[in-house]
Amino acid sequence: MMPLLTTKGLGKSYGGLKAVDGVDFSLMPGEIRAIIGPNGAGKTTFVSLVCGRVHPSAGMIVFDGEDITSMPPHQRVRHGIAYTFQITSVFANLTAYDNVALPVQRTLQGGHGHKAVHAGVMEALARTGLAGREDVLAGHLSYGHQRLLEVAMGLALKPRLLILDEPTQGLSDGEIDGFITLVREIAGSATVLLIEHNMQVVMKLADRITVMNGGTILAEGTPEQISANADVQHAYLGTPADE
Amino acid sequence: MRHDGFKPAALHVAVIALLFALNFMLPDYHHGLLARIMVLAVFAMGYNLLFGYVGLLSLGHAMFFSAGLYGSGLAIYHLGWSVPAAFGAGLVSGAALSLVIGLLALRTTGVAFMIVTMMFAQVFYLSILYFAQWTGGDQGLVLQQSQRLIEVGGVTLDLTEPVTRYMAALGLFSVVLVATLFIARSAFGRVLVAIRENEERTKMLGYDTFANKLAAVVASGVICAASGAAYALLFGYVGSTLASVQYSILPLLWVLLGGAATTLGPLVGTVFMYYVIDVTSGYTSAYMLVVGIALILLVLYFPKGVLGTIRDRWVRWLP
Repeated sequence: MMPLLTTKGLGKSYGGLKAVDGVDFSLMPGEIRAIIGPNGAGKTTFVSLVCGRVHPSAGMIVFDGEDITSMPPHQRVRHGIAYTFQITSVFANLTAYDNVALPVQRTLQGGHGHKAVHAGVMEALARTGLAGREDVLAGHLSYGHQRLLEVAMGLALKPRLLILDEPTQGLSDGEIDGFITLVREIAGSATVLLIEHNMQVVMKLADRITVMNGGTILAEGTPEQISANADVQHAYLGTPADE
Repeated sequence: MRHDGFKPAALHVAVIALLFALNFMLPDYHHGLLARIMVLAVFAMGYNLLFGYVGLLSLGHAMFFSAGLYGSGLAIYHLGWSVPAAFGAGLVSGAALSLVIGLLALRTTGVAFMIVTMMFAQVFYLSILYFAQWTGGDQGLVLQQSQRLIEVGGVTLDLTEPVTRYMAALGLFSVVLVATLFIARSAFGRVLVAIRENEERTKMLGYDTFANKLAAVVASGVICAASGAAYALLFGYVGSTLASVQYSILPLLWVLLGGAATTLGPLVGTVFMYYVIDVTSGYTSAYMLVVGIALILLVLYFPKGVLGTIRDRWVRWLP
């Protein structure tokens, strides 16, 4: 099977700082992959390179067999890469309905009929448990609901690769359980790339885990392999040798 | 917002019907003034499309207005074109100019965009003065009555005749009002607002924001040019003052007063400004002082303009 996403020697430097340094990465279709690592490990920069918000200094990105390294971000979205932001960035002054209508109206094939848009919006809101809140301004939703709206917008793009950047940050335990169910459901139709700090969520969801540290990939494997990996424990917790 | 289309549609029809009825009720002076206000409200609506919906503050829209003004005026004055052909020439001038300006100016944002548009408008203004041989320079050109007749199947419409002029102004105003309502409620309009709210996010939903902004600049430029062309044809005067920086600021004020990103705000703002000036200049020669104070009070107490504030506080469905 061909990987959905491959990066070769992907790098990004800011001045002298190598935020991402020579990353070779590949992701199989249908997988749920978690990227973990300490703060400043380059996780967000790495996925920003994949979705095109940041231009790489080195290397290449291949999505579904096509070199997308120099493709502008909006084109990548059209090819099926959707990104949900780490810092919630829904359109605060627009209603939840309009927030979701934006991606829905773009992905609809047969014209922009009000009815078709309406059906698509209602479906995306229902899937994320936001039904009944369509007329609320997004900025007035609770934080957890704003995160869900962010996911609803990502879903409405009908992506082949959905990148979730710290989606459970700031959610309550109950909301996190609902979220895990939602991501499992999404994984039925899309490949999921997840940056996450909450290890419980990672262990429950991920098929494989990639650990980043200092802009490079430190380790990669199944959740069991990663939790037994000495290098990972070192990067996260430090070892007596450090002291 | 989900579209409950009935109330807004009824409101817009009512406004157009009211303006139609005023044709039969107003005394001569106000009748003439309102015709002019409707033409300039079209200018304000064009400005509002870019400023209100996309959030791009241009300080150079006088060039789009005068592209229409001179495009149609020169076609009549020098080439002897008919009124409809000259109006078309005005629209084409506006479309061509706004396309070029959009391609260049949209490489910038924020303050730089304001300055770049202002500079282009100054270039346009100075070019009008420089080519005085054809444009009449600061004297301008006057179009004669005989050049402002429309032949329609044996009937001659005289655009210098008050009722014909009023109805022509109302016709253009109504078409543009309905068009802006349609745009504001369309998928395109939703994207424009999204760009205003958060352009980066809009890109990440798969939209080519540059192309959408360019389309908005051209639509705005064409509407402003339609206003300029109508001004030349209905009032017979084509002059460089109408291309000066003052005419770039005025539509901004009209829109701010009436309410940015409301469909009827441009009309409300234009009527308001005109009548404040009209009434106060009857009492004092320092009428601009009164206008200034009125503007300050409005910005303090109605920061979103008259209709913007009404929409926020009372009438949520107002488009």
